[in-house]
Amino acid sequence: MDLYEHMGKDLFRAHGITTPRGVIAETPEAAAAATEELGGSAVVKIQVQAGGRGKGGGVALCRSPQEVTDAAQRMLGSDFKGLTVTRVLVEELLPIAKEFYTSVLLDRSIGEYLWMLTAEGGMDIETLAVERPEAIRRVHVNPGLGMRAWHVRELTGTLPAEAREGAGDVLRKMWALLNEMDATLVEINPLVQLENGSVVALDAKVTIDDSALFRHPDIDALADAFPIDPVEKRAKEADLQYVKLDGEVGIIGNGAGLVMSTLDVVAQAGAHAANFLDIGGGASAEKMATSLHVILSDPAVKAVFINIFGGITRCDVVANGILEALERVEANVPLVVRLDGTNAEEGRRILADAAHPRIVPVATMDDAAAEAARLSKGGGA
Amino acid sequence: MSVLIGADTRLVVQGITGSEGTFHTLRNRAYGTDVVAGVTPGKAGQDVEGIPVFDTVADAVRETGANTSMIFVPPRFAAEAILEAADAGIALVVCVTEGIPVKDMAYAHAYLGGTETTLIGPNCPGVIAPDISNVGIIPGEVCSPGRVGFVSRSGTLVYQIVHELSSAGIGQSTCIGMGGDPVHGMGFIEALSLFEADPDTDLMIMTGEIGGDDEERAAAYIAAKVTKPVVAYIAGFEAPPGKRMGHAGAIVTGSQGTAAAKAEALEAVGVTVARTPSQVARIVAERLPG
Repeated sequence: MDLYEHMGKDLFRAHGITTPRGVIAETPEAAAAATEELGGSAVVKIQVQAGGRGKGGGVALCRSPQEVTDAAQRMLGSDFKGLTVTRVLVEELLPIAKEFYTSVLLDRSIGEYLWMLTAEGGMDIETLAVERPEAIRRVHVNPGLGMRAWHVRELTGTLPAEAREGAGDVLRKMWALLNEMDATLVEINPLVQLENGSVVALDAKVTIDDSALFRHPDIDALADAFPIDPVEKRAKEADLQYVKLDGEVGIIGNGAGLVMSTLDVVAQAGAHAANFLDIGGGASAEKMATSLHVILSDPAVKAVFINIFGGITRCDVVANGILEALERVEANVPLVVRLDGTNAEEGRRILADAAHPRIVPVATMDDAAAEAARLSKGGGA
Repeated sequence: MSVLIGADTRLVVQGITGSEGTFHTLRNRAYGTDVVAGVTPGKAGQDVEGIPVFDTVADAVRETGANTSMIFVPPRFAAEAILEAADAGIALVVCVTEGIPVKDMAYAHAYLGGTETTLIGPNCPGVIAPDISNVGIIPGEVCSPGRVGFVSRSGTLVYQIVHELSSAGIGQSTCIGMGGDPVHGMGFIEALSLFEADPDTDLMIMTGEIGGDDEERAAAYIAAKVTKPVVAYIAGFEAPPGKRMGHAGAIVTGSQGTAAAKAEALEAVGVTVARTPSQVARIVAERLPG
């Protein structure tokens, strides 16, 4: 779960990392009022679950409450990388002497944490990593060993002497936060040293492991702040993995790998998937009905491709599930159904006997994708 | 013959008394796996259809000579179960459990590095040696014995592709579902090295998916160490790019983890990359020696 910047900063402060004073605002008026409190000038930052805000116009330096009002007016309700902006963070402006960058994240290739730090903050960090990788100090932290004093010395050794102690203190607190909160990423870009010498986190990107949210109900509850499409919300409540896409063939499959593969095969047949939907194990009538309801509520869908491989799930159960689902949900588009694996023949016979006018049974995945693609373009059944 | 499991596999099931645990234990036993014990804390002395239950893995090893463990313990206790199995000297641990916190797995992974225990998974369908032994949830009916080694990150793609192979008359030596979690045990490289050394495997198939750089690293390994033919399949060409947060992920791998990047890396080292699951079986049929 990717946290908004202000949520990450709340965690920072709770762990003793200094951040600028700031206020969350959901209206231009509230943003202007916050600016008065902060001394008349402020930086206004959109709160979204995405990076690249600086380059994308999501951050504004403002010298007056009026400028803040204008900026907030422009930002609130706007769309940033497909995400609706519902709140901005209004923060005090600080006298910055130097900018650094640091992050710690799980390096999945070796199962250890990777810590990176550079004294050259402020510029595009990905460009720096390509052009001058030696400017970034990298230290692997073994999860069994944890972060140790020598890791901190190694990392902060690349900083100006007067910043090392303050930055080292931040690193130790980042590690504590990572461990206590089950974070898989903590990134500060930039970490700055002020003219008075203190080290402050100007930004916060924190990702919490979804699988560990049961240990952090307070974090789990923060998700209510994230705008969610009503259709995706319905799918989520039914425990379906659903992602809306731009195509015209609705997809239902079991297992993430098979569904991804189905999107690819449909594309090769010349059409595009309208969604990713993993119905998971079981594929009961209940889940099938919800899945169909979710997919058919998308007006772009011109045909549906149900691709089930029965392993533990039996195809006869799936076939009956589809028929039961169609008694509850009205389908106005053709449903291409491919059943394979355990009890496939029985499942196909059940569909054949039912002779439902909307169901088009096809034996193989490739042929089914071709048929769904054809039907989605208005081809006759 | 097979790799990882075989006729000498003696299986202990951690979480045997849960509904999933019991169901798959009995399926594995019906397939021919020698299931010798189960472990559920507090249920020592009971049995599951004649399989004795113990309080600890160490007890099960001492009493039954178990050498392989399969884990069906709920996510919040599963990493602990992996550690317990390794600490009891179990050689192979297959963890089926999905949704284990990454921090717990990272710790377990670090600990296993100092032991002789091999971990498959978590969040994986397990390992099957057709007609010999099945440790996990891969439906045995779709497999058939033969000389193709198969390793996959995705579970349902194992079923799909093995089914296509068997339908085309192509049998398998061993099928390994390694799981797709960020921190996992055996990866492509270890699996390919086992198949390379196995006299009864003539060709290997690897199926990957978007995310991480396991496939890219496997490509480098294949170029350096693998002499047998390799056929690959990658899922997720049409998957939407994730909304990435922060820059750190891309800096680490230098790769965006896309299907196209993975296919390109594999093709560059001479691996044939199929574009659909059914193509996998057709390419294997052409490339199998003899």
